[in-house]
Amino acid sequence: MANATAGQADTFPKLLMRNARERGGRVAFRHKDLGIWQSWNWAQVADKVRAYARGLQDLGLKRGDKVAIVGYNRPRLYWSMAAAQWLGAVPVPVYADSVADEMAYVLDHAEAVFACVQNQEQVDKILSIAERLPRLRHMLYDEPRGLRDYDHEKLHDIGQVIAAGAEALKASPEAPAAIEAELSAGSGADLGIILYTSGTTGRPKGVMLSHYNVITAAEIGCQFDGLTESDEIIAYLPIAWVGDHVFSYAQAIIAGFCVNCPEGPETVIDDRREVGTTYAFAPPRVFETMLTVTMVRMEDAGPLMRKMFHYFLGVAKKHGENILNGEPVPLGGRLLYKLGDLLVYAPLRNRFGLSAIKVGYTAGEAIGPELFKFYRSIGVNLKQLYGQTEAGVYITMQPNGEIKADTVGKPAPLVEIRIDDNGEVLYRSPSIFGGYYKDPEKTAETMTADGYVRSGDAGFFDESGHLKIIDRAKDVGKLSNGDLFPPKYIENKLKFYPNIKEVVAFGQGHDYATVALNIDLTAVGNWAERNNVVYASYQELAGHDLVYDMISKHIDEVNRSLASEPLMGGAQIRRFLILHKELDADDGELTRTQKVRRGFIAERYAPLVKALYDGSTAADISTEVTFEDGRKGVISANVKVRDAAVYPAATGAKPVTARAA
Amino acid sequence: MNAEPMNRTGEPVAAAKGEVLLSVEHISLRFGGVKAITDVSFDIRKGEVRAIIGPNGAGKTSMLNCINGFYHPQEGQITYKGVRRARVKPHQAASDGIARTFQNVALFKGMSTLDNIMTGRTLKMNRNFFWQALRHGPAMTEEIAHRKVVEDIIDFLQIQHIRKLPVGKLPYGLQKRVELGRALAMEPELLLLDEPMAGMNLEEKEDMCRFILDVNNEFGTTIALIEHDMGVVMDLSDRVVVLEYGRKIADGTPAEVKADQAVIDAYLGVAH
Repeated sequence: MANATAGQADTFPKLLMRNARERGGRVAFRHKDLGIWQSWNWAQVADKVRAYARGLQDLGLKRGDKVAIVGYNRPRLYWSMAAAQWLGAVPVPVYADSVADEMAYVLDHAEAVFACVQNQEQVDKILSIAERLPRLRHMLYDEPRGLRDYDHEKLHDIGQVIAAGAEALKASPEAPAAIEAELSAGSGADLGIILYTSGTTGRPKGVMLSHYNVITAAEIGCQFDGLTESDEIIAYLPIAWVGDHVFSYAQAIIAGFCVNCPEGPETVIDDRREVGTTYAFAPPRVFETMLTVTMVRMEDAGPLMRKMFHYFLGVAKKHGENILNGEPVPLGGRLLYKLGDLLVYAPLRNRFGLSAIKVGYTAGEAIGPELFKFYRSIGVNLKQLYGQTEAGVYITMQPNGEIKADTVGKPAPLVEIRIDDNGEVLYRSPSIFGGYYKDPEKTAETMTADGYVRSGDAGFFDESGHLKIIDRAKDVGKLSNGDLFPPKYIENKLKFYPNIKEVVAFGQGHDYATVALNIDLTAVGNWAERNNVVYASYQELAGHDLVYDMISKHIDEVNRSLASEPLMGGAQIRRFLILHKELDADDGELTRTQKVRRGFIAERYAPLVKALYDGSTAADISTEVTFEDGRKGVISANVKVRDAAVYPAATGAKPVTARAA
Repeated sequence: MNAEPMNRTGEPVAAAKGEVLLSVEHISLRFGGVKAITDVSFDIRKGEVRAIIGPNGAGKTSMLNCINGFYHPQEGQITYKGVRRARVKPHQAASDGIARTFQNVALFKGMSTLDNIMTGRTLKMNRNFFWQALRHGPAMTEEIAHRKVVEDIIDFLQIQHIRKLPVGKLPYGLQKRVELGRALAMEPELLLLDEPMAGMNLEEKEDMCRFILDVNNEFGTTIALIEHDMGVVMDLSDRVVVLEYGRKIADGTPAEVKADQAVIDAYLGVAH
């Protein structure tokens, strides 16, 4: 029976109905609203989604239509995806923090006819670009606040659409059968979702994934980590990101576990603590912030507390990972670790909301080895995975007991990997995408004839079969003397310092490598407070000589480390500067997933880049900034440039040149 | 000018939208020899956002203090909901539906955001000290109902993340928001805001403007606010009254006031 049902359930709405039958009473969604966790079980969710589908049908949604989903993680937005899929329409989640122009492009390119949005902010944003979206017919919103006086001819409250749908289903005896027919008309091969990639280069591309693709991808993860209906996850990452779609939507429906939606982005840590998630997925940035905040707070703690904290962190560093990996540890170490667990690690895990964690993943970007080891040493089973939207997420992942900080693990189940001649990683699996929406040219560029997908990343397998990613394949450049220049590798090394938030490395075709960076205002601000450094703004702090001295030390350490690695000695940093403003996605300097857009930055800050290479010690710059509502302003500054010492390659002892700026 | 009929019975009459909710007639306030307010008259209509502007020391805050009974003007009278008030105490004004926030945040610093806003419900709590101390039965039911209102306000002002934090630790902009929340918890008919945006950065100001407009639209609360930022005043308010050295120099829509020569002189100074 179970098998027969699973065989039929080849789309997400069908799987949802299966959950309603098999585990109807289990909690499916929670949302913290008005300070209380409101919950819905699978049977209720299935009812709502069915009524919602009927409501959408009555508004004129048809098979094949595209439905944009815009907003923060809210149960009703996830239900919007399921309801659209029920009718054979295709949900297109969009990054909620996109500025109007970016959103206009995606909605127009996706040919969205409906938009399900979270609140007034998003409604206003879409209304402001309405003339560029002639196809958009109806907009539905989750939170009615502030929208009462709007023209409701094309605007609907999701709650009312669901209620109207439920009424319509009750009104006639044929209605339930008709909506069931819509459900069974869908099949696994149908286009399930279009996810727009964040667009590190150029305009976002729409990655088309079928139900079958997403189901396969989700099942890979469920089986690999043994996820069951008793797991708990907190949904707080952008719903337009493939990670959230697979973890908070697909896997939740397949394994039947509960998705918890926090009150808002600022409450995630507290909400996670209340829920006690067992399964987590986050970009390194999230783990980094948690650690930075803790470290900053510990600086303000009493001396005894601070001593205890640092002593036991030392113990954890020595033995924690070995204990987690099941390797032999001396009895004394084990006992000390137990004591540390009681006094420090367990309370710390509790603070982070990771007490009940079974497995946590980090992906999206390389994670600092120190950061990674820290979480593992306090007993959090944090692992890395390497994935892409085009793969339906999983490409490689780290099996339990085989965790290394500098690799991304072994190929995931069902995934085949090949390394191309230029070092590029190619992969093939049943979950890979069916092409870019309305872009056969790009699709052909990315897919090889034998069905492999070009990842665009350069990497290699180490002796134990783990994949190591160096950089974007096209980004691994050369200096004018032919030495290798891997910008991301350098940037990541620097970003692992808590004082440094963002780094851009330059060097392609130049004589030597240089960097421009952003300091982390939380970490450096706290340092400034303790050292009586007075500042009024980011700009002032960033230009402070003592801050430059501090960063200079970090650069020196990175240079030593680069010098000690084969082939990397030539890429040592000769000069650096601290940018006068924080890089921001609204200004196009970062992608929506917070990756630096190197080329764009080089153009925008051309006078600074020039100063990095012409030997001058300072440069003037003025840049235009865009606020979230689209208004613009100008920031100008005089930015200092400093030299850094470099070391002879592969020996790493004494500086060759030491000049102070 | 404010030919509101005198209410003989002394019972408040509910004003419809657009009717005069409160009128101030020929108010003068002196502290010894210092004249803070001299013969000022204006009215506040139901459902509008009324701004009071003017240079430093013009008597704006004194005006608000007169309205909510903190000061007692020596001359003139204030009519609220059709009742002429002689001497009113602040707590009477509060139970009549006048709530306010202060120029310098006046919160209980050691208490959480939630508790601070809950204090705004004090006047609406009916159970006596005995029941409240027992914290069971009717007092519990009542507390749950009040908590619901407070949570709605927390949601409305988007301060969920600081619900349990002591307000003394919060940045200034958030404290101001909490103070607004406490005033809203009284479900006031007339909300007096004393420089709700002082000391805020642009983003905080924009948020605050949005909240003030939402309060006005969603709950129909009449708002009188003092503000220095002319951009804010022009965007938010329906009508503006301008004070200078305790006298009224202009009264009208933002556009009228902006074009008024006396106002320009008061703000920019005038060549003698």
